[in-house]
Amino acid sequence: MNIPEGLKYTRDHEWMDSKGTVGVTDYAQEALGDVVFVELPAVGRILKSGEAFGVVESVKSVSDLYSPADGVVTAVNDALVGNPELINQDPYEQGWIIRMETTGATEELLDSTAYQHQIEGE
Amino acid sequence: MDVPVIFEKSVPGRRGIRLPAADVPEVPLEEVLGRDFVRTSKLNLPEVSEMDAVRHYTRLSTLNYGLDTGFYPLGSCTMKYNPKVNEAIAALPGFADIHPLQPDSTVQGMLQVMKELEDALAEISGMDAVTLQPAAGAHGELTGILIIRAYLLAQGQHRTTVLVPDSAHGTNPATAAMAGFQVKIVPSNNRGDVDVDKLRQMVNEETAGLMLTNPNTLGLFEEDILEIADIVHKAGGLLYYDGANANAIMGKVRPGDMGFDVVHLNLHKTFSTPHGGGGPGSGPVGVKSRLEPFLPVPRIAGSPDHYQWNYDRPQSIGKVRSFYGNPGVLVRAYAYLKSHGSAGLKEVSETAVLNANYLLHLLKDIYETPFDRPVKHEFVLSLKDQKKRGAKALDVAKRLIDYGVYPPTVYFPLVVEEAMMVEPTETESKETLDMFAQAMREINGEIDAAPDVLHEAPHHTVVGRLDETLAARHPVLTYFQEGSRAQTGQEGNI
Repeated sequence: MNIPEGLKYTRDHEWMDSKGTVGVTDYAQEALGDVVFVELPAVGRILKSGEAFGVVESVKSVSDLYSPADGVVTAVNDALVGNPELINQDPYEQGWIIRMETTGATEELLDSTAYQHQIEGE
Repeated sequence: MDVPVIFEKSVPGRRGIRLPAADVPEVPLEEVLGRDFVRTSKLNLPEVSEMDAVRHYTRLSTLNYGLDTGFYPLGSCTMKYNPKVNEAIAALPGFADIHPLQPDSTVQGMLQVMKELEDALAEISGMDAVTLQPAAGAHGELTGILIIRAYLLAQGQHRTTVLVPDSAHGTNPATAAMAGFQVKIVPSNNRGDVDVDKLRQMVNEETAGLMLTNPNTLGLFEEDILEIADIVHKAGGLLYYDGANANAIMGKVRPGDMGFDVVHLNLHKTFSTPHGGGGPGSGPVGVKSRLEPFLPVPRIAGSPDHYQWNYDRPQSIGKVRSFYGNPGVLVRAYAYLKSHGSAGLKEVSETAVLNANYLLHLLKDIYETPFDRPVKHEFVLSLKDQKKRGAKALDVAKRLIDYGVYPPTVYFPLVVEEAMMVEPTETESKETLDMFAQAMREINGEIDAAPDVLHEAPHHTVVGRLDETLAARHPVLTYFQEGSRAQTGQEGNI
């Protein structure tokens, strides 16, 4: 299970880096199974921490994506529209989902060790 | 084994039927319809003989799998046997050969059946009034939530949020969102029930209602239901009962007595009418009296002397379907109710619950059950251990096909990892349940002995493992004959 050290994590299995890039974790993509569709938010949308901003649909289920912080969406990964499998193949790099400029409160985010403890407990 | 589509059997010029020369003057279509309305491009229909067509579709029909061919333990779907006597009754000319626009006086029998069915469903669910219009379960949900919205608006209340447990059917949040509400998810506690303390913190003046299934999707009875109802009602919200699991409780406990204000029932689950494959379905909605003015129009009015349709209902949410629902299905459900009677229906639920607990008992030493409690009519297994040993819930499900069983629901409810959800129903014998348990035991052994047998299953079917991912990512929804525009390979993205 790949859990990079430099990232912050939500309890709902999103990750965020220091530049505000957001995606889902390796654990999440494995649990979801093959991703077949991703619904992305509009650039410029204002998000509250914990707010659902998009949807990931896999062969098993449909899941909401939750914002790790208050902020504004500055970019979305358009490559996911034609190639949703990037989330499975490369969840931390090519499979990124949105980039946001955080404006304040972040949800209580976990470091990699705490996130690992959480998924081991599940 | 190859199963060609009928287009692939086409031979240019081959005909099933040859028509004699016309013995009336030919009508020039272009003059009658206008040039713009006459097709000029090729039709590209299959050109086959009558026997080709008969053999093709007869063969396809032999590949079908249904309740009439074998065990179908599809959790949450209540795939019980559909008694054939119900078909015979629904085919009676007085039911089958009438038209919805006939005068009321000529369809009194049908109206009486519908009125008595409304009353019976109201009695079973503990509601004061029932509409038979909704065409299926999710349609019933939408009707029910629209009734709640209309009721609240009539009270001058603009409540915005509907609460849904994390174990709910996916249609519940979808329904609430479609009716214009925000959805908030209530977590489950470690017994698989609604977390009552969390619920208490979540309700407020924005709460329009809570949608709940009881027994819930884990097959567990929500033991705190009276407290849950109290919390929601005190906050000013209403309670919606998703009747998908009503097969567990008939004659035992009524949603109305648990505190629910609105209920839908699935006639194609609990009341034995045909399910899936064009059924069609039926999802009647029952309400408490304060919500009755908001039911869809028309309502059946009058008395046994003369029934008629009443459209004069100013607070109604309007029509939710053309005419009055799916009447052929309503007749089947009525026949089912009449043939069982109140004692029989109670026995249906008792046997459904007994069968589920018996089967769980046979399986739980090798397949983990996340909440080790007595269940109602269905149960959920977690195949976490099987996954660690090399076979996912999907692999076990596919392998069951080789044992002649329709696979149970997998990966639902979402709160259970590697979930497999089994609902045997009351219509299966002990021998069938034993056969299923034996198949599950053998498959569990195969995981260690021959894992590839599972990964590549099914083996004994006309096609093997289907690529669900490719089908979802690049659906090809129309057939194009070879040589036509199909060959670009791009049509799947349209």
